[in-house]
Amino acid sequence: MCLAIPARVTELLDGDRARIELGGVHKDVSIALVEEVAVGDYLIVHVGFAIGKLDPVEAEETLALFAQMAKIDPANPAPYQ
Amino acid sequence: MKYIDEFRDGELARGLAKAIAAAVNPAREYRLMEFCGGHTHAISRYGLQDLLPSNVRLIHGPGCPVCVLPIGRIDSAIALATQHDVILCTYADTLRVPASNGLSLLKAKAQGADIRMVYSCDDALRIAQDNPQREVVFFAIGFETTTPPTAAIILQAQRLQLSNFSVLCNHVLTPAAMVHIMESQNDPAAVAIDGFVGPAHVSTVIGSGQYEGFVARYQRPVVIAGFEPLDVMQAILMLIRQINDGRAEVENEFTRAVTREGNRKAQGLCEQVFELRETFDWRGLGEVPLSALKIRSEFARFDAEVRYQVGYAQVPDHKACECAAILRGHKRPADCKVFGTVCTPDHPLGACMVSSEGACAAHYTYGRFRVEVVAPVDEA
Ligand code: SF4
Repeated sequence: MCLAIPARVTELLDGDRARIELGGVHKDVSIALVEEVAVGDYLIVHVGFAIGKLDPVEAEETLALFAQMAKIDPANPAPYQ
Repeated sequence: MKYIDEFRDGELARGLAKAIAAAVNPAREYRLMEFCGGHTHAISRYGLQDLLPSNVRLIHGPGCPVCVLPIGRIDSAIALATQHDVILCTYADTLRVPASNGLSLLKAKAQGADIRMVYSCDDALRIAQDNPQREVVFFAIGFETTTPPTAAIILQAQRLQLSNFSVLCNHVLTPAAMVHIMESQNDPAAVAIDGFVGPAHVSTVIGSGQYEGFVARYQRPVVIAGFEPLDVMQAILMLIRQINDGRAEVENEFTRAVTREGNRKAQGLCEQVFELRETFDWRGLGEVPLSALKIRSEFARFDAEVRYQVGYAQVPDHKACECAAILRGHKRPADCKVFGTVCTPDHPLGACMVSSEGACAAHYTYGRFRVEVVAPVDEA
């Protein structure tokens, strides 16, 4: 129930709904619980409702932080062999 | 898939594991509770415990919505379907949870009750519109992630002036359960907890600010983490650093989806529709004050509890089932005598074996496999 993963918005529909795509699967969900959804946004969807949006800048920063913590250069991975 | 695969990178995971190994103080233990069932699932699925030094121990918390729903609540739902002849709509996870008298929602359905599985609570509303001659009840369960959708459909039912639709509300609150865990730290059976891996999507809704009071009061760090394995590893590293520094703060690893305020729109709708219950009986935790929501009296006609005068009776779990102790973090699934023998996901004896977020189901599905591979002798 809480294992929702981010899904990309492919189309905005009438009635506070949007079409999303996740690994090639399309689905219509409600966007009544989130503000200002645009095509291309990534949404966190639970039980057919988007409950939040993903911030792409923060996502990149988190990945960069992992790499820094793990002391791996993202451009040149695999120093630990 | 974007925002998924990058957060599952094995190389980075090993790098983070090395960073954790370098950060831990070998002279002490780190007992970290992951509150959410989603984290329990990720930890088991990716074998994260195996990547950690032996003095870092992960303790499963009560954040599995199906697991904490007491038997009496499922009995009430079954009674609605069998005695009031309603169409009962429910999420798939609750269908197989054992209830009283050897029943479950699935068995009641097999005996003729009109119980329908819905993916979204929206579907329940649609079923009500399509069946104006029947009464339709949605069996609402879950934490702060599933509560806003329930609020949205109640408001929608009001707009549509539906007279045949109501909700049996069992929504529960994460911070109240965390408080309860800390308040029971004096219990002799309790494992001392040094810090919490905070919920992912629950925090998307409520915001990281909601844990600030908790942290100030109990002086335990909370690091909110996403559900991917690297998120959990990073959060563990952040917790270890806080503990080493003697800090207790709310930190947010899941900044890509969690802000301090959370989702204001969703919060507003919930506020409009729900109010706090004085107390609520949780499986495992027992009565927890101010830990659940009920439907406000303005929406009484959409409240199945009022409409059908649904009572609640506490029912003990199966004698052999250790779910209660597991949900409090006092025991592990393997401590249960019937784990993997009498109780399996195909024949669950307790709720923790039903949902994929339940500790027993996660251990059965992923943990046992590892034991078989690593130490076949143990299994013989
Ligand atoms: S293995 Fe089954 S019976 Fe034992 S605690 Fe888990 S759910 Fe309960």
